[in-house]
Amino acid sequence: MTGLLGNANGGQVASPLVEFGVTAASCGRWEVLTVRGEIDMATAPRFRQRLLGVIGAGCQCVVIDISGVEFIDSTGLGVLMGGAKRVRSAGGDIRLVAAGSHLTELIKLTRLDRVLDVFDSVSAATEDSSP
Amino acid sequence: MTTDLACIDFEIPARSEYLSLVRSLVVEAAEMDATLSQERIEDFKVAVSEATTNAIEAHARACCDDSIQIRCTLADDCLEFHVVDRGFGFYPDQLQVLPEPDDPSRLNFERGLGIYLMRVLSDRVDIRSGPDGTEVRLAINLPPATE
Repeated sequence: MTGLLGNANGGQVASPLVEFGVTAASCGRWEVLTVRGEIDMATAPRFRQRLLGVIGAGCQCVVIDISGVEFIDSTGLGVLMGGAKRVRSAGGDIRLVAAGSHLTELIKLTRLDRVLDVFDSVSAATEDSSP
Repeated sequence: MTTDLACIDFEIPARSEYLSLVRSLVVEAAEMDATLSQERIEDFKVAVSEATTNAIEAHARACCDDSIQIRCTLADDCLEFHVVDRGFGFYPDQLQVLPEPDDPSRLNFERGLGIYLMRVLSDRVDIRSGPDGTEVRLAINLPPATE
């Protein structure tokens, strides 16, 4: 039987050895947050704090790249929902990069792809960026 | 008839830093049966993690210092995880229904996906909750072994 979520490594379950972390970089008008490791109840507060920090600093165009995330649960998905709400209520735009992994299937399963714009690469998500 | 091949009981402190350990145990238990695909293991890992997260949150709300009890049972036809907490309990049939995905108000709901994910990523889910705690049984079927 095939799993609903698949997996990130073409058949091999990822080992949770990558420490959680978030890095930020600017790409034109977009602020790109790249998340690594696992997003769950233990790490979601740090993810939320970093995301809200970027939004609070006035960034209205945010890309969140979770392609390197090994695990995400409903807590992590909730952070994405909260970020989307805040960015859009400020008149901004938020995009998600989650290609080529079980994360994409999880997002489809929870129908978050109808709420968040999902791209398969950071370059695709930021291609309309102009200085 | 289901035959239990292995049963492991363990306890974890009701703290979020132990979630990763529980997920590792799901993978280790699931890989004892060679017929389970890695995709199904990934599915079940999410489901068990959600149940454990709910248990940890229940203990926090109840200011309960007890451990979370987890039983892993590998049977000849299924893998089951049984997560028990001593929180205040809840009524699973009275959970708030999320707005449809296209509804703008959907963004107001940052929580509420956990039980949904348990249900869609497991083959069987049984939730029993009362004022003394909640028991969640999650199981996935094992494909029949081929000669």
